[in-house]
Amino acid sequence: MRWYWIDRFIEFESGKHAKSVKNVSLAEEHLHDHFPGFPVMPGSLMIEGMAQTGGILLGEHYKFQYNVILAKVPKVTFHSWACPGDQLIYSAQLQDAREEGGSVTVTATVGERLVAEAEIVFVHLNSDDPQLSRIDQKNFVFRMNLLDILTVGKAGAGS
Amino acid sequence: MASADEIFVKVQETLVDALGVDDDEVTPTATLIGDLGAESIDFLDIVFRLEKNFDIKIPRGELFPENLATADSGFVADGKVTVEGIAQLRTKMPHADIDSFALNPVVSKLSDLFTVDMICKFVATRLK
Repeated sequence: MRWYWIDRFIEFESGKHAKSVKNVSLAEEHLHDHFPGFPVMPGSLMIEGMAQTGGILLGEHYKFQYNVILAKVPKVTFHSWACPGDQLIYSAQLQDAREEGGSVTVTATVGERLVAEAEIVFVHLNSDDPQLSRIDQKNFVFRMNLLDILTVGKAGAGS
Repeated sequence: MASADEIFVKVQETLVDALGVDDDEVTPTATLIGDLGAESIDFLDIVFRLEKNFDIKIPRGELFPENLATADSGFVADGKVTVEGIAQLRTKMPHADIDSFALNPVVSKLSDLFTVDMICKFVATRLK
């Protein structure tokens, strides 16, 4: 399985905000266990999708010269569910960006319905940082791997 | 110019939000790591929040200096910060209570320099 928790970007304003889409599908294996007979998108994966949206927004701001690491989720509130067939829209606003890291606020909505909102803090690590070797590369997605989503997003917007 | 009390109350709110602690835990003498359970990741979050709440700029390393008296800094001998190291701390952290630390400058107590009062003093200098 690929660790992509957003499907594509639909808006991207460098250094300001980004909007991505996540289509929830009953083909996702975990939904059959979460929960049997009542499939809902796990909140933890929603946080991951919000972090991928915000992490790319921050990473792009510095032209991907840093490895953007999800450091902290100071606040997250879930207001509602996201079920198969729902289209989640993650809207991230860049709040802070500096050499050491950055922070974003993100909302998740389905149509007019607010599903979740979060504050997320990221740190920057240089590629030669010894701490980086401790990170499981399989789950490290903020830099290059997710760039193709950005490309898809641009293509999808016709630009 | 905000009073010391006003600064404390805002710093208290900032730490309650950043660290998820109760406001009565955030006393002036509370240490961020020992008493309030802050981790290194939290320092950046605290800096972001202070900048916003006080409308100030906090350049990297000014409030929470990095690599203070590390093993290879040349400022540590026998697990204690040397006299030169203490002098460097005074320069880098004029907002911290170096005098108390200098009485028994063991490296393991270095993190106790990061107190709520230290943040308040730092913010006060930025608001002048």
